[in-house]
Amino acid sequence: MRHIISLLMENEAGALSRVAGLFSARGYNIESLSVAPTEDPTLSRMTLVTIGSDEVVEQVTKQLNKLIEVVKVIDLNDGNHIERELMLVKVRAIDSDREEIKRLTEIFRGSIIDVTDKSYTIELTGTSSKLDAFLDTVKRSAVLETVRTGASGIGRGEWILKV
Amino acid sequence: MSVELTGAEITIRCLQEEGVQCIFGYPGGAVLFIYDELFKQDKVRHILVRHEQAALHAADGYARSSNNVGVALVTSGPGLTNAVTGIATAYMDSIPLVIISGQVPTSAIGLDAFQEVDTVGITRPCVKHNFLVKDIKDLAETIKKAFYIASTGRPGPVLVDIPKDISQQKTQFIYPDKVVMRSYNPVVKGHSRQIKKAAELILSAKRPMIYAGGGVILSNAAAQLTELTQMLDFPCTTTLMGLGGYPATDKQSLGMLGMHGTYEANMAMQYCDVLVAVGARFDDRVIGNPKHFSNENRKIIHIDIDPSSISKRVKVDVPIVGDVLDVLKELIKTLKTEKTKPDQPAIKDWWKQIDLWRERDCLKFDRDSKIIKPQMVIERLYHITKGDAFITSDVGQHQMWAAQFYKFDKPRRWINSGGLGTMGFGMPAAMGVQLANPKGKVACITGEASIQMCIQELSTCKQYKLPLKIVNLNNRYMGMVRQWQEFFHGNRYAESYMDALPDFVKLAESYGHVGMKIERPEDIDDALKEAFKLKDRLVFMDFITDQTENVFPMVPGGKGLSEMILV
Repeated sequence: MRHIISLLMENEAGALSRVAGLFSARGYNIESLSVAPTEDPTLSRMTLVTIGSDEVVEQVTKQLNKLIEVVKVIDLNDGNHIERELMLVKVRAIDSDREEIKRLTEIFRGSIIDVTDKSYTIELTGTSSKLDAFLDTVKRSAVLETVRTGASGIGRGEWILKV
Repeated sequence: MSVELTGAEITIRCLQEEGVQCIFGYPGGAVLFIYDELFKQDKVRHILVRHEQAALHAADGYARSSNNVGVALVTSGPGLTNAVTGIATAYMDSIPLVIISGQVPTSAIGLDAFQEVDTVGITRPCVKHNFLVKDIKDLAETIKKAFYIASTGRPGPVLVDIPKDISQQKTQFIYPDKVVMRSYNPVVKGHSRQIKKAAELILSAKRPMIYAGGGVILSNAAAQLTELTQMLDFPCTTTLMGLGGYPATDKQSLGMLGMHGTYEANMAMQYCDVLVAVGARFDDRVIGNPKHFSNENRKIIHIDIDPSSISKRVKVDVPIVGDVLDVLKELIKTLKTEKTKPDQPAIKDWWKQIDLWRERDCLKFDRDSKIIKPQMVIERLYHITKGDAFITSDVGQHQMWAAQFYKFDKPRRWINSGGLGTMGFGMPAAMGVQLANPKGKVACITGEASIQMCIQELSTCKQYKLPLKIVNLNNRYMGMVRQWQEFFHGNRYAESYMDALPDFVKLAESYGHVGMKIERPEDIDDALKEAFKLKDRLVFMDFITDQTENVFPMVPGGKGLSEMILV
């Protein structure tokens, strides 16, 4: 099962490599990983998407907690949460495709952020599956380049991950 | 105006503040300033080893036998890579160590400088934590943190990498009294509701079993484990790492369990209805195949300081996260207030069953053999030292026989590499044990293959007059490899024969030690007695033993605990 894990860790050199190293050393898989400093610059927030049985994911969270620089870990699947991923996608846009792609972008509530006479670059935000759906809808041959951030997640309502 | 100290001075001052009396190391370019400061003081004694692996094992043996943090000092590059085996050994057995390594100057890091390796990167998977000190102002606090992290929670090795320029720069020295880390707050106290649940389950047991591991030793809870076991009249088995946590000569002890555990311990483990696991982690060498283990219904209480050890290989019913010592004290207190008492008739029947298993006499061996049986050597060693020696071992058959035949009644007397299984551990570890216990009798039980992996330390032993007694069980084979090849690889002894052995007697003598070669069973006692009479000499006893002897019982890899091969 797909789990989305959120964690706070000390914003220090090497902290990220400890997390990545843990996953490779113990044979856990990482679907995606995104990390950036929080409003408190001494802390980084990381969102990890992993696939595994409940037992494996329980071990993953325990092992993450064991890392000295990790301050807090939660499995967002334990409650209601929201997740979003950002994708930039460059597509070939010529002739009649230009209108078609523009319409599609509107339907998916994306925006075109760069235009040339042959291409559009589209910014799209949503759940990972929404981004997948967009790519499925656009003609495969039209896609020139994609870049995705990996999912970021946050608990709903009063569910807050804080020190 | 306050005086400023160099990084090197600060490093040594920190060790002094921590009360470190003895460190093990080997100098080199990146640590020259630190060695210079060591030279100028006499509070911290430095033991010069002959290879960095030995520095780590010695610091490790020092820590295991004394309950202090062991300290090693190595230089950058090859100094550090040589130390990695020792660091990983300590990590697998949760031994508190602080390793100080030199690094190339900060301006050279990343430029493939002479003797540069990515120390933090290389050691990351085999330390509890590591630091690269990039600012002299952080140095003292970092070392304080290193000692704190190494010795609290589930202990382990912590490395501090100090670039050469940092050891040369100056700053004001302030050693913090304590450290507070928001990201590291190990749980000590067990949850009282869980302890209550455990007590109720314990009192409902009809076929109880206590299974104790290295956590009992590490948390100094042998007395509490003994009290608990005896107040309940439960059987108790210990893992390889837990030997000495419960007195082996007591009637409630079933000895060691696991791959080479006793028949009674393994059977009781498999068929108990309530299992109390104390500071143990259900590893592959202990329970064999976890699926086979789970075939039998039993309730499991698991006490461990590391939450990730709980429900890792075996699902447990009552997990208690906390320091073993603390939890056992609470558990004993709770049990005393419970109104229900243990089900004595049921437990009596259970003991009857256990006694039947004991009658199998699973550790029997040919006592009339004309060739020296390795088990006999250890049994005689046990008697001649009155069970009161510190025993270190290397890895292989001799290690298992030592664990089976030396009856440890006290904790911190059995020093071996259980998790990583590091050949070459025994002699350097014994050096650390001897330095921590100058009056103690220290014997290293080894084999002709293992001992050669750190044989150079005979020189260190000479320099510091360490009167170790080396019991070399020489069967001219990597015995455990040979045993597996006999059982599982059709007697094809690929590369397991130890050819071209040195004359160990002459070798020992060339280092200024006493060497003995013992070839007949009737000479065992005299040799051992004479060796221990030579109180201030290292004695290397080369016992020529039966080449075909195997370790029994044996649970083959992938099999269940009750599927032992018996003698």
